[in-house]
Amino acid sequence: MSTLVIVEHNNTHMHTATRNTLAAALELDKNPTFLVVGYHCQTVAKEVASLEGVQSVWCLDSPEFEHPLAEQLCDVVVSKASSFDAIIAPSSTFGKNLLPRIAAKLDVGQVSDVSKIIDDTTFEHPIYAGNAIETVRILDPIRVMTIRTIAYNPVQSQQSPCSIETIHHDFANRNSEFVKQELSKSERPELGNAKIVVSGGRGLQSAEKFKLVEELADALGAAVGASRAAVDAGFVPNDYQVGQTGKVVAPMLYIAVGISGAVQHLAGMKDSKVIVAINKDEDAPIFQIANYGLVGDLFELVPQLIELLKNR
Amino acid sequence: MKILVAVKRVIDPYVKVRVKSDNTGVETQNIKMAMNPFDEIAIEEALRLVEKKIASEVIAVTVGDDSSQETLRHALALGADRAILVKTDTKLESLNVAKLLKRIVDDEKPNLVLMGKQSIDGDNNQTPQMLAALLDWPQGTFASELSVQDNSIIVTREIDGGLETIKLRLPAVVSTDLRLNEPRYASLPNIMKAKRKPLDIIESSSLGLTMKQHIEVLNVKAPATRSGGVKLESVAALMEKLQHEAKVL
Repeated sequence: MSTLVIVEHNNTHMHTATRNTLAAALELDKNPTFLVVGYHCQTVAKEVASLEGVQSVWCLDSPEFEHPLAEQLCDVVVSKASSFDAIIAPSSTFGKNLLPRIAAKLDVGQVSDVSKIIDDTTFEHPIYAGNAIETVRILDPIRVMTIRTIAYNPVQSQQSPCSIETIHHDFANRNSEFVKQELSKSERPELGNAKIVVSGGRGLQSAEKFKLVEELADALGAAVGASRAAVDAGFVPNDYQVGQTGKVVAPMLYIAVGISGAVQHLAGMKDSKVIVAINKDEDAPIFQIANYGLVGDLFELVPQLIELLKNR
Repeated sequence: MKILVAVKRVIDPYVKVRVKSDNTGVETQNIKMAMNPFDEIAIEEALRLVEKKIASEVIAVTVGDDSSQETLRHALALGADRAILVKTDTKLESLNVAKLLKRIVDDEKPNLVLMGKQSIDGDNNQTPQMLAALLDWPQGTFASELSVQDNSIIVTREIDGGLETIKLRLPAVVSTDLRLNEPRYASLPNIMKAKRKPLDIIESSSLGLTMKQHIEVLNVKAPATRSGGVKLESVAALMEKLQHEAKVL
């Protein structure tokens, strides 16, 4: 089994999901190859090479790959694909955008969001917003998969960096081009990896009042999430959304404030270790999965909680 | 400009799905079905491009059995001009759906294919990217904003850290995210009119594709359930539980 892992990064740092994807890769293959494509991305390659268990890193460093689009990355990976039995990436918007394109170019199927590796060809993944788990067998010679990162514990330990091999690739197609990125800036931990997440829903009523959720998050050192209702109402940006169509999180502690608990939201957080719900509606579905529930007005309860946390 | 919109009939998003007792799939008998919500957004966006006089024709297409005609009629009632059903009685995986759609694209030669970013049943998020690959067209996935300029489409994409804007030369495949627009409702007169709009049925077998199976579904099971928790009387009680019982603080 030889596995190619496509590294998500911003030319400065590898995405932390690389650590989880490495854990999955090591279940498939003792010596996976990591591919870093970008510009001025040597520090990324070195970061990857320093993760314990990594023995092979390929780095493509070229100005035209500064913001590689799916068309470009697909071309690079497909040109290298014949030496691999598996091609994987995290199931982030990066991996979701790229891997199906690679699979189709290779005329193989793709499995999305792999949550368990049973053997070399058999995998589990959630369907129907996590309300069913499907076990599939891949019949193709090359297995293309995105990895559900929350299902794997990140590799944290370091090693002295393995060697990094430089690769080259020319890409001619000019049908797509990068224009710009507008990234949300936050001092808080990243939603996907935070140990504690505090999320707010429609019950927060306004963007102004949503700040209460942010205060609670800060008192806990937590990341901030939101339900679709809160995003649609404009309380917070889109990339805060937790759920079937947003981010999937599984922190140690998830506090849902003013969130009823629609199926689509639960899909994104029901694997959290401990769930706390604060809601005025005692019949809200969120209470069916919450370990601890508080029924009442969040505008009274949350400030009390913040106070207790500050005095702890 | 001609726009092809691919739609799918799925279990209504508000229905709680149940896994079949023989673990072969989920119950679909006597269950309410609907158009995949992301596909409604794709239809809506195509119609808005018509209203802006950028597009001239919207064709809705689906791959499925006869019951999918209902989903196409819904697309027609919303405002699509005509519809195509690629008929198959087998449940197809994404790559094979993309291959069938490619044949329709080859015939219809649209300038733009719009489709939902994922169907809420399989949650795969694959078919648009696969179709773009097969056509060798550029792709704009998870679109939350788009505008057509001359021979290009500018797509703002929802990515994990925020937003990204890319420019694609047409023809292109664009997949829609939830925030692209607010889909309209079909009015009763339009539902009546939709009954007379053209709906072509093409047998998938007549398209001359040999479709290989790439992925075999071995079983479908229900996820582990969480045991119900407790409701607490006070914030102090919650703190106590979090610190000493759950030990997460």
